[in-house]
Amino acid sequence: MGKKGYLVLENGKIFEGISFGYKKEVSGEVVFNTGMVGYPESLTDPSYYGQILTFTYPLIGNYGVPPLTHKNNIFDYIESDKIQIRALIVSSYIANNSHWQSKEYFSSWLVSQKVPALDGIDTRTLTKILRTTGVMKGILTFNKPQNNEGLNFYDINKENLAPYVSCKKKMTYGNGKNRILFIDCGVKYNQIKELLKYDTTIIRVPWNYDPFRVLSNLDFDAVFISNGPGDPRNMPETVDTIKEAIKREIPIFGICLGHQLLSLAAGGEIFKLKYGHRGQNQPVVNQIDHKCYITSQNHGFAVSNEHIPPGWFNWFTNLNDDTNEGLHHKILPIFSVQFHPEAAPGPTDTDWLFKYFISKI
Amino acid sequence: MTRDKGLEKVILLGSGALKIGEAGEFDYSGSQAAKALKEEKIQVILVNPNVATIQTSPDFVDKIYFLPVTPDFVERIIAKEKPDGIMLGFGGQTALNCGLELHKRNIFKKYNLKVLGTPISAINKTEDRLLFRNTIQNLGLRVPKSVLCKSLKEVEKIRERITYPVIIRAGFSLGGLGSGLARNYKDLILLSSNALSLTPQILIEEYLEHWKEIEYEVVRDKDDNVLTVCNMENFDPMGIHTGESIVVAPSQTLTNSEYHDLRSIAIKVIKSLPIIGECNIQYALNPKNGDYRIIEVNARLSRSSALASKATGYPLAYIAAKLALGYRLSEIRNKVTKATNAFFEPALDYVVIKIPRWEFLKFKGTEGRLGSEMQSVGEVMAIGRTFEEAFQKAIRSLDIEYEGIISEELEADTNKRTEIEFKNMDPTPSRPYNIAYNLYFGQPPERIYKETGIDFWFLERIQKIVSVYKQLVNESKNGRVKKESLLKAKKSGFSDIQIGKIFNMSHSQVRKLRKKYGIIPKICQIDTLAGEFPAKTNYLYLSYHRDTNDILRGTDKQVGIIGGGPYQIGSSVEFDWCAVNAVLTSKKLGYKPIMINCNPETVSTDYDISSKLYFEELTSERILDIVDFEKCPLILSVGGQIPNTLALALNKEKIRFLGNQPDTIDKVENREKFSALLDKLNIAQPIWRRLTNKNEAVQFSEDIGYPVLIRPSYVLSGKAMYVAYTNEMLEEYFERFSAIINPVYPIVISKFIRGAKEVDYDGVAQNGKIVVYAISEHIEHAGVHSGDASLVLPTFSLSAPAIEEMRLTSKKIAKALSINGPFNIQYLVSDHDDRNFRVLVIEANLRASRSFPFVSKVLGINFIQLATKVLLGRKVKQEKFRTLPFYGIKVPHFSFTRLRQVDPILRVEMASTGEVACFGKDIYEAYLKSILSTGFSYPDKSALLSLGGTEGKERLLSAVKNLNKMGFYLYATKKTSEFLKIHGISSTFVYKVHERKKPNVVDLIVQKKVHLVINLSDKNDIGEDISKEVTDGYLIRRASVDSNIPLFTKATIANVFVTALAKYSIGKLSIKSWDEYISSIKY
Repeated sequence: MGKKGYLVLENGKIFEGISFGYKKEVSGEVVFNTGMVGYPESLTDPSYYGQILTFTYPLIGNYGVPPLTHKNNIFDYIESDKIQIRALIVSSYIANNSHWQSKEYFSSWLVSQKVPALDGIDTRTLTKILRTTGVMKGILTFNKPQNNEGLNFYDINKENLAPYVSCKKKMTYGNGKNRILFIDCGVKYNQIKELLKYDTTIIRVPWNYDPFRVLSNLDFDAVFISNGPGDPRNMPETVDTIKEAIKREIPIFGICLGHQLLSLAAGGEIFKLKYGHRGQNQPVVNQIDHKCYITSQNHGFAVSNEHIPPGWFNWFTNLNDDTNEGLHHKILPIFSVQFHPEAAPGPTDTDWLFKYFISKI
Repeated sequence: MTRDKGLEKVILLGSGALKIGEAGEFDYSGSQAAKALKEEKIQVILVNPNVATIQTSPDFVDKIYFLPVTPDFVERIIAKEKPDGIMLGFGGQTALNCGLELHKRNIFKKYNLKVLGTPISAINKTEDRLLFRNTIQNLGLRVPKSVLCKSLKEVEKIRERITYPVIIRAGFSLGGLGSGLARNYKDLILLSSNALSLTPQILIEEYLEHWKEIEYEVVRDKDDNVLTVCNMENFDPMGIHTGESIVVAPSQTLTNSEYHDLRSIAIKVIKSLPIIGECNIQYALNPKNGDYRIIEVNARLSRSSALASKATGYPLAYIAAKLALGYRLSEIRNKVTKATNAFFEPALDYVVIKIPRWEFLKFKGTEGRLGSEMQSVGEVMAIGRTFEEAFQKAIRSLDIEYEGIISEELEADTNKRTEIEFKNMDPTPSRPYNIAYNLYFGQPPERIYKETGIDFWFLERIQKIVSVYKQLVNESKNGRVKKESLLKAKKSGFSDIQIGKIFNMSHSQVRKLRKKYGIIPKICQIDTLAGEFPAKTNYLYLSYHRDTNDILRGTDKQVGIIGGGPYQIGSSVEFDWCAVNAVLTSKKLGYKPIMINCNPETVSTDYDISSKLYFEELTSERILDIVDFEKCPLILSVGGQIPNTLALALNKEKIRFLGNQPDTIDKVENREKFSALLDKLNIAQPIWRRLTNKNEAVQFSEDIGYPVLIRPSYVLSGKAMYVAYTNEMLEEYFERFSAIINPVYPIVISKFIRGAKEVDYDGVAQNGKIVVYAISEHIEHAGVHSGDASLVLPTFSLSAPAIEEMRLTSKKIAKALSINGPFNIQYLVSDHDDRNFRVLVIEANLRASRSFPFVSKVLGINFIQLATKVLLGRKVKQEKFRTLPFYGIKVPHFSFTRLRQVDPILRVEMASTGEVACFGKDIYEAYLKSILSTGFSYPDKSALLSLGGTEGKERLLSAVKNLNKMGFYLYATKKTSEFLKIHGISSTFVYKVHERKKPNVVDLIVQKKVHLVINLSDKNDIGEDISKEVTDGYLIRRASVDSNIPLFTKATIANVFVTALAKYSIGKLSIKSWDEYISSIKY
């Protein structure tokens, strides 16, 4: 039997579980995801950087770990180079390595990537706490705590997290007609893969890269802004770049954090959701044609529908809570969505957005 | 809101009797559709002869026709009612096939009737295998490689091209009827000819051995918005019909890309058909490389959709009905959260497991081998936070003699010193238990996988349970159970009884210890969104993987009602009708009813029906857990035998029982006690004795005189009942069942009275005084199980003094026991004339009986409503006796076609899987409508007669004369033919099979040269049942059933049927709705 470990929430609530990952104390923001498949993709999604993730689905590990292979520095089955979450909390860890694609047990991957994980936690009770009081800070520790006093809870929202997950230097993929400046704020590889399905060249640049400075000398037809972790208001450099791109009327497509950054650049406002949207069953409606889609989502901040800037319109709306899910310029081919059309994990119902983007270049 | 205009009256087709492959799930889907229509103030006209369903209640629909769901009848109803629309997708394959035929006959156009929901063109694409293949292949998607054949000749032609094994599939059939696996040429020809006798075309298809079987439930609205509500994975791989397989939701072994790729394909297919409403798509998935095949699409609500609704809380049938009316998904509310809408995909935070329930023991002679045809008669569902927890719960819910995956055999062998023999891995109902057995004794999972193809993931889960069991067994050698081990055992789904057995404790001691340690299951809520949004409904289950309860204890007037558990022979939708009516009545009386049940095919497990629904196993342990939390009194008399037995098990516990107390129930259930009571009250009963020894049995039988009725202990739930006519037959019985006859399980032998009439007395009493009653007479004489008999209300042949005596006797019994609530007494009556009659009591039950919905609907008095009022302590006035100007007849539906080796003959043990009831101005009209409702076709004029024994021949003589007069062409076997000749009736003589000459009877039947078969057996023929000889009678009966030709095996009903034919042509049968009959009652 594994070692006992504890999840301490900011409000003093303590959960006891059994370790099945790496044994070290970590602190982060505790969030829940309601997806029933796709744990390898979720764990490697850089948007989770700094977060302690719990899955509401109780059995995790069911199909082991996919091959960690890559081509052109893009991994085949996971969404970034490594596990991005701070720690993992599950109800039951299932040790299985029999799926035809599996290369190792989930537990051993977590250990090798030095990510702590607990099982045997009542994740539904944890989820209900987060739902009613909102996401909160937490600490995963292996020393039995008496209460939350004297513990140092780390606040991820104060910091700009992009430098931790963005690429460090410019990289190019493909050799197609449409040259896309790809601003990496913590990209999921599937966004690059989706764009590469078309006649494109992807120029992936760090979050604070300024393509418009004189010496850049970069030639591109469109701008893509990726997903990523944290509060976009901590990233004024990126917002400035996007403002310039809008001014120059360059086609832009943003996803998730990219959507929030575009909204800020357009003059919109951002607020933090109580407990975010994290799952594969978020329903959205297209405000133009009233078509509905099931989408994959992972975000804690949202664009305010009350402050849609003039000249822009609310493109998509969440059918559950009416929050904003997309922004579109009234005339220009500049738009963004809060959800993840690249899926991985999740439904692929909105992958047509990539085609839409390419058609606007 | 945007529902289609111009819909004021809609006709809804039900699925008729419960049968293998088409069971209670369609009562659930039909009821939901009716609910959706009523909300729109649309008048609902329902056609469904299944009297025991909830949907055939005025609470759900406006008008009910208890008539066959066949094109002829439905057309006449359409002509009479002139509805605006019709719904075909809620009554299973029966309704769908009827709809397709009506469409072919141009009826919808003729009456300007709109088909609501999925258009006929799309249904055709899913039903016609060739069209389906083309549709799928045109989308660039994959179907199994296959060839279509329309005749045996065509099969022969392709024989060289076939790589075995292949699967034979019959088009347009329910539950895979006529399908099978061929591993060689011989199988191929045999299966093909069988299937071709049922359908015009068959498919010979690549056999995807050991591929995973995955299903998705998909909904689509008229605006092309689509989503998948749920996916499910079969525990058993391809080759075993999904209705025969253990099913898990959501899928467990699929990666993100496998899950979502199949999901995208489902959406692509559904958009192309296109479906409006709900459908189900089945896949095979290669476990070695993720390749897939699309197996089929069901363009209607199905068994899987009912399961998916219960598994997710997403009410598929209700939503499908709304979509058929023209709503968009985003315009319909999520009924669970009431904050979100219906355009979403449920996220589960639990595991759901379905296990089918078979009745192979009841159908002696059938091999319990599972395959591509459906044979199970019911199913259970269980919910847990782990597979292990849900799985063991589901096993206990089955109401068979398993406490979990660890079988008694495994328990017994754990201490065995000698060598263990591994169990074989054949696909049978006991395979999962055998897997546990083999794993315990060290058979490598690789070996089991190789033989079964069951994914390692599932084998590992069983291994986990086995290892917990092993740990407990080891621990028990050192004495008491440790707290951590106890918690671990409970989390793995072990029951207190199982744990008690290991540690030599009683289950109540385990319970006490558990509570001392604080190991108590927590109440979990199903909210469709995995906790993301709060649920407003109380759809609940219990789990040991939680720290806190999701709900607070109810403070209002709560009452717990125990449902009927899995559908099985003898306990079916009728008890769901009772349970639901108890719920609805208690609600009306201001109570908050709590339903506890584990059957996903029911209306009672619709979370909308009760105030709280516990989808839980019906065991005393779980009932106590719930009562400990809810502190509610219990009603145990409306769910059939399972709750009744629970009452006895819960006797010593601190529970408030509403109605009869367990001690009183025991006075009736216990044969000695009940017999003593009857003696005390001076009420006659057949002579009987409890015996364990063969010589005593022979002696006693000789004393009372043959024939005798043999019944094993009630512990074995009435299995292996039998009538012996001679010493030899009795001795043979003892030899065959020696293993189950012993002092602990003795048998009861009683005098079997031939030719006696059997009568059901159903009543409700308050403080021992009768409030309402009904006396129904069986058409068949004693010797046919009451569940297999045709029931007539009012009685048609009983003498007035006999009826009066039964009335008085029932009064006496009710008074002596001070009965409170529903009850039933069965009588035997021999009344040759008014002065010379005998009335004997066979048995009584202090609970609602199988016939409660029937008598309630025939009399127009809801017996359960009255019973519930009594149980809740309301004073109830005595109902006035009603004289009926019509007859209601309930007839059984048999699923013999699906049970390949069963002898389709009526006997003392029940075999029917469902029932229907129709009304008529005399018993002949009512009987003819009823029998046509069970799938019999109105016969063309040719009949085969094979009448065993002189008595049988004479009893049928007048009927044969009648047939002759009607112009029937008669075929007869030798002696029958000779007998007819003596009486001046000419017939064509045919050989029996054992005479080895042509033409023989079976050829005649298989070639469909006859359209009616009457086969009366003499006692030697029935003896086959025990001696296992294949008799001519058996071959005739089996051939008739397999060729779908009406078969009668009892003179009583054969006579009624023939008279009915003489009196009524099909067009003369009246089309009258239920309320037309009820309003004609004068009182």
